[in-house]
Amino acid sequence: MSAIKVALAGNPNTGKSTLFNTLTGLKQHTGNWPGKTVIRAEGSFEHKGEEYVLVDLPGTYSLFSNSADEEVARDYIVFEQPDATIVVLDATSLERNLNLAFQVLEMTDRVIVCINLIDEADKKGIVIDEKKLAAKLGVPVVKMSARNKIGIDLLLNTLDHLVKEKINPSPYRMTYSEEIERKISQIEAQITGLFGAELPSRWIALRLLDGDDALVAKLKEYIDKKKDGVTANELPISANS
Amino acid sequence: MPVSKKIVPLSECQPGDCFLLRELKVEGVMRRRLLDLGFVAGAEILVLQKSPLGDPVAFRVSHTTIALREEESSLIFGEIIRRGPA
Repeated sequence: MSAIKVALAGNPNTGKSTLFNTLTGLKQHTGNWPGKTVIRAEGSFEHKGEEYVLVDLPGTYSLFSNSADEEVARDYIVFEQPDATIVVLDATSLERNLNLAFQVLEMTDRVIVCINLIDEADKKGIVIDEKKLAAKLGVPVVKMSARNKIGIDLLLNTLDHLVKEKINPSPYRMTYSEEIERKISQIEAQITGLFGAELPSRWIALRLLDGDDALVAKLKEYIDKKKDGVTANELPISANS
Repeated sequence: MPVSKKIVPLSECQPGDCFLLRELKVEGVMRRRLLDLGFVAGAEILVLQKSPLGDPVAFRVSHTTIALREEESSLIFGEIIRRGPA
């Protein structure tokens, strides 16, 4: 079985990279994302006999492709479809951080929300009810302090349960105004016709309604790539290599 | 205790003032950016300080300091809920 792909998303300065280093140790390499001056860090680790590949996405406040960082993070989650996405949130400013979490929840079901810097929150007298939050968000929520190595085991076990489908998250989806919802269902049907369950149809419908031209180009590219892939499979094996 | 219910642009606030955001009239990418950073309707914004030349101005919004130019702050509307010490 091939390695399980896991993406790490989060706002800047939430301890995403601390978590990344804790999990992967020295088993990591860095480079750039193709065609962009954005650092791509990838590492691997093992847990319960499974091989994981962890990708540290750039820290962003949003995933609307306002910058190269956001585009890289968004494209990875939507098109590369990691087996799980861990959204790292800063326990001391959840309000701002949840903005990104909700965006990720619109893109994929396989999400773990990881509330980091819980020690800092304790110091400030902030108490977080992770069970209530998990019930509201519809995905597992893990409290941790990556730098003090608190909560790492719980995170790994949750990850294990998620990829082995022992838990099936049903993320909270924002309900928009009646007019927008009507448009979404019109467009969504066509998107599902085009991509099936491969890509998040509701999310794409929303982006199209928002007039995201860059995404349209990306989708065309995705279709072309898929076509090429199919043709290559029909060729003799020797021509494939 | 509300000082006034008058809707004013954020750019008219003085350091120390506390401002309740009602409406964001900024458009396009900057609008998205400001929303991401916490400039949403209902947010309380504390005016921290002006830069030496008066622009940009630093604001505190959801526990973070963010500086905005008048270009943006003049398009953010709300009411002053507390005047700073003059």
